[in-house]
Amino acid sequence: MRWHPPLPLLGAWLALLLLLTLTVTLAYVPLGHFNSSVALAIAATKATIIGAVFMELRRRGPRTFIFAGAGLFWLGILLWLGMMDFMTRT
Amino acid sequence: MPNRPAFAPQYVSTRHRDETAELGMWVFIATEVLLFGGLILAYCVFRHTYPEAFAAASRRTEIAIGTANTAILLTSSFLVACAVDAFTEETRKICVALLAGAIALGLLFVLLKGVEYAGEYREHLVPGIDFSFDDKFANGAKLFFLFYFVATAIHALHMLIGISLLAVIARLTWRRAPTTRHRAALHSVALYWHFVDAVWIFLFALIYLPGRAS
Repeated sequence: MRWHPPLPLLGAWLALLLLLTLTVTLAYVPLGHFNSSVALAIAATKATIIGAVFMELRRRGPRTFIFAGAGLFWLGILLWLGMMDFMTRT
Repeated sequence: MPNRPAFAPQYVSTRHRDETAELGMWVFIATEVLLFGGLILAYCVFRHTYPEAFAAASRRTEIAIGTANTAILLTSSFLVACAVDAFTEETRKICVALLAGAIALGLLFVLLKGVEYAGEYREHLVPGIDFSFDDKFANGAKLFFLFYFVATAIHALHMLIGISLLAVIARLTWRRAPTTRHRAALHSVALYWHFVDAVWIFLFALIYLPGRAS
């Protein structure tokens, strides 16, 4: 009964922990408005790693991408139209 | 009596059945994205209206517990992904051990969340229960903590559901030889668990990180 964790999973896990350390460190560096952009960009990178490696999207085809992307597409509409008034109001 | 077939009559093969289950899971996840998406939209609107209050309120959250919980959840996701890989006849004991590890980490996450809630209760940060905050920021901070409690409580509920599902799969794998049906079930639960992990990553960035540099 021998089993080793697959290297891609191990790599993804270490990369995620590294990104967590990076995002917490950068949160304390004064970057003005960029602080939240950096935090969200790192969060999106982490979510992409989880999707690609842990959720095995890297081994799937266009059909699964469409199903997985649909939620993000609707989320985009929700946030875009939802925030439009607040971002453009003078 | 005829043997029950491994897949229902609407499928042509077990692979067809498993692929359908996976796509169904992604549709479910899309609805979940919109559930948390609505909360995040509310957060964006509130934060846009009260930027300073949100930074001040965010500084009052426990970043040490938040960071530890993020690491715990990332590790439990890793263990679940490994369990999917170890789901074979020869390594099923390892698969169960990995699932047990993921469940233990999930419970630890919920426990730490409870410790955090207790601390916020003692510091009068629960809106509606003797809430007190710097007067200048009180309105915005109240909205921040409202979002914080609603979003993290819904997330913790998802964690508890995920822990229960992982426990069911672990029990099945422990008691019987693995079948393709169990494999498909484990795969669906794993997708759900990774999704809950991804949601937390965004909640962590929105709740704990703002306002630390100022």
